[in-house]
Amino acid sequence: MIKKTSITEKRKRPLDKLAYFGIFLFAFLVFAMVVLFVVYILYNGIPGLTWEFLTTAPNPIEQTIGILPSIINTGYMILLAILFAVPVGVGGAIYLCEYAKNKRLIRIIEFTTETLSGIPSIIFGVFGYVFFCTLLNLKVSLLSGALTLTIIVLPTIVRTTGEALKAVPNSYREAAQGIGATKWYMIHTVLLPSASRGIITSIILAIGRIVGESAALILVSGGSAMYMPRGNFFEQIMGSGATLSVELYRYAYSRGENGIGFSIAVVLLAISVLLNLLVKLINKKLGTQKAES
Amino acid sequence: MANKIITKDLNLYYGTHHALKDVSIEIKEHCVTGLIGPSGCGKSTFLKTLNRMNDTIPGVRVTGNVLLDDEEVYQNAVDVTQLRKKVGMVFQSPNPFPMSIYDNVAYGLRIHGIKKRIIVDEIVEKSLRGAAIWDEVKDRLKKSALSLSGGQQQRLCIARTLAVQPDVILMDEPTSALDPISTMKIEELMSELKKNYTVVIVTHNMQQAARISDYTAFFLLGELVEYGETSQIFSMPKDKRTEDYITGRFG
Amino acid sequence: MNARNSFDKELERLHMDLIKMGSMTEEAIEQSVHAFTTRDNALAKEIMQGDHQIDDMEKQIETVCLSLILRQQPVAGDLRRITCALKMITDLERIADNAADIAELSLMIRGDHIAEMVQHIPGMASASVDMVHKSIDSFVRSDLDLAESVIAQDDTVDALFCKVKDELCETLRQNRENSDNAIDFLMIAKYLERIADHAVNICEWVLFSETGIHKDKKIM
Repeated sequence: MIKKTSITEKRKRPLDKLAYFGIFLFAFLVFAMVVLFVVYILYNGIPGLTWEFLTTAPNPIEQTIGILPSIINTGYMILLAILFAVPVGVGGAIYLCEYAKNKRLIRIIEFTTETLSGIPSIIFGVFGYVFFCTLLNLKVSLLSGALTLTIIVLPTIVRTTGEALKAVPNSYREAAQGIGATKWYMIHTVLLPSASRGIITSIILAIGRIVGESAALILVSGGSAMYMPRGNFFEQIMGSGATLSVELYRYAYSRGENGIGFSIAVVLLAISVLLNLLVKLINKKLGTQKAES
Repeated sequence: MANKIITKDLNLYYGTHHALKDVSIEIKEHCVTGLIGPSGCGKSTFLKTLNRMNDTIPGVRVTGNVLLDDEEVYQNAVDVTQLRKKVGMVFQSPNPFPMSIYDNVAYGLRIHGIKKRIIVDEIVEKSLRGAAIWDEVKDRLKKSALSLSGGQQQRLCIARTLAVQPDVILMDEPTSALDPISTMKIEELMSELKKNYTVVIVTHNMQQAARISDYTAFFLLGELVEYGETSQIFSMPKDKRTEDYITGRFG
Repeated sequence: MNARNSFDKELERLHMDLIKMGSMTEEAIEQSVHAFTTRDNALAKEIMQGDHQIDDMEKQIETVCLSLILRQQPVAGDLRRITCALKMITDLERIADNAADIAELSLMIRGDHIAEMVQHIPGMASASVDMVHKSIDSFVRSDLDLAESVIAQDDTVDALFCKVKDELCETLRQNRENSDNAIDFLMIAKYLERIADHAVNICEWVLFSETGIHKDKKIM
């Protein structure tokens, strides 16, 4: 028999309190670690950040250090890899979600992409070196790097876009087809706009991966950025050069220049934050435009 | 009253499941035909055979005939897009696209290649009026359709269907997600719609079928048990199973 | 947008039908009394044959009411009004039957010399017609005061009936030859009195349709 009690009778629940306290503590730890991490990087990195550091190439004769070449290399890498990966990834996701009928095949492809996203990037680096640099004779170049990065980020884009497409209510598909829309018309007028947030998220994740990648790129696009890219666009992307992350690795690890490493880290942080904000802004614009057009 | 849609010995299978059994029915033009029956009786499936919305489901097989204005719906020469332009559909829960109110209604027009602004404007207004929602939205056509209430959204979806100027409107439980007042508004709208269109509606709500439909069809286990004028079905059903169902003594 | 526009229109049509049936009935009473007082046998036969039109009207309104109950599932005031209409037409049909009966009786009357002695029959007729008219009016206009006044008016008709009865008794005492006619006259007066009672019934249902109370009892 359960004893009848008054609703005003307070009961002690020590376990509840303990759990609450523990969870609060963990949440606080996460927050504290992030703050500590950022503050630590900023504290160590900002003193080395000078105008000259950001806007020149390294000069061995005058013993000055600048990271402009690697900033430009990083920009190229983002541009090219996104340019290659987004159409292929989004297209693949559309095929898997909307067209593919063979459920087994879909499962196999999904499993493969999941697996690919878990493979250490150095393996892609080796593959890229053999396939793009040697076999396709693209040399150790920004292009080879961008192609390798494309393979690295594709699974992420396919998966995230796929999830965004799956999240679009089936009722939109029915509605469009119910008034006679063809499949492709429905996809590009309703599904893609509805999934745009997911697709943009996948691009953010991909950019993060591109900016942060170092191991694979050392192999396929070069380990240092001593010079500014030269020549026209095609000559520039056919040249080799390190991205910021690779430079960071080189300075911090090979040369033991931790200070420079921290300064580059600050720049990387700033780039990530800026890109995130930019993408969010575009997303917002897209969202309001949709309702107004 | 002329027949708009005739089905003859219509059978439908989902894989091995026999979902519709020899359904033969004559749907009258400019009437509201209500399809009633317990869940899983095949009434929604039947509705969707009329504009081939079942085509998208894998493993569906259809035998028998569906004639729309004496033309066979299930023949290879049929362009499903054209068919669905003629036989539009409104769904269970309101499903406006995440676009502006205007764009939702204009959507169908653009599919069918009508792009001239003046014409589109005119049809959008006409369709919204036809769905009895014009006065509520005329000042905010550029606002997102998702800002409307559920009942308004459903009338917007009806307007979206009207915009492509169909002959037949299929409605799959169009009010089951709405509150009673919105439901009444949609029902009221249907008696207007039948003047220009032929309406076929699936409903779980027998009282609703009694209120709005001119003809009622009772489905049970994939079979068309009884079909006739609504007043006859609800006052003197011929089949015991119909009587049991509509008096709530089913099962 | 009124969500039940078409239902309201059907109710409106029901009102129109009731008004029509009411005026057909009023006319039947007036004509039957006219046929009786003027000894117009042709008119009397016409009224007897015309009764089926009112019967048809009753059937038609019944169909409308049942179909409204079936298809519109009325509740509250709508349900009370439709119930009231169903009850009213029964009374109206009886009234029309009574009018036809009066017409039939007027055919049997031989010799007209005692008509002058029962002066109160035309007065009863006009009072009952007035009551029937007002009862329908009170329904259509939802006028409770009017309905109450009709119920009160029944007393005057009853009083008139007593006067007619007294007159006839007097006539019989003076002259036994006219006993056949006298009994027919009494029946006619009784029919008119019944007509007034039916008008009262109608008004009681009108009160119910507005208040939910029928003869001081809450029946719904």
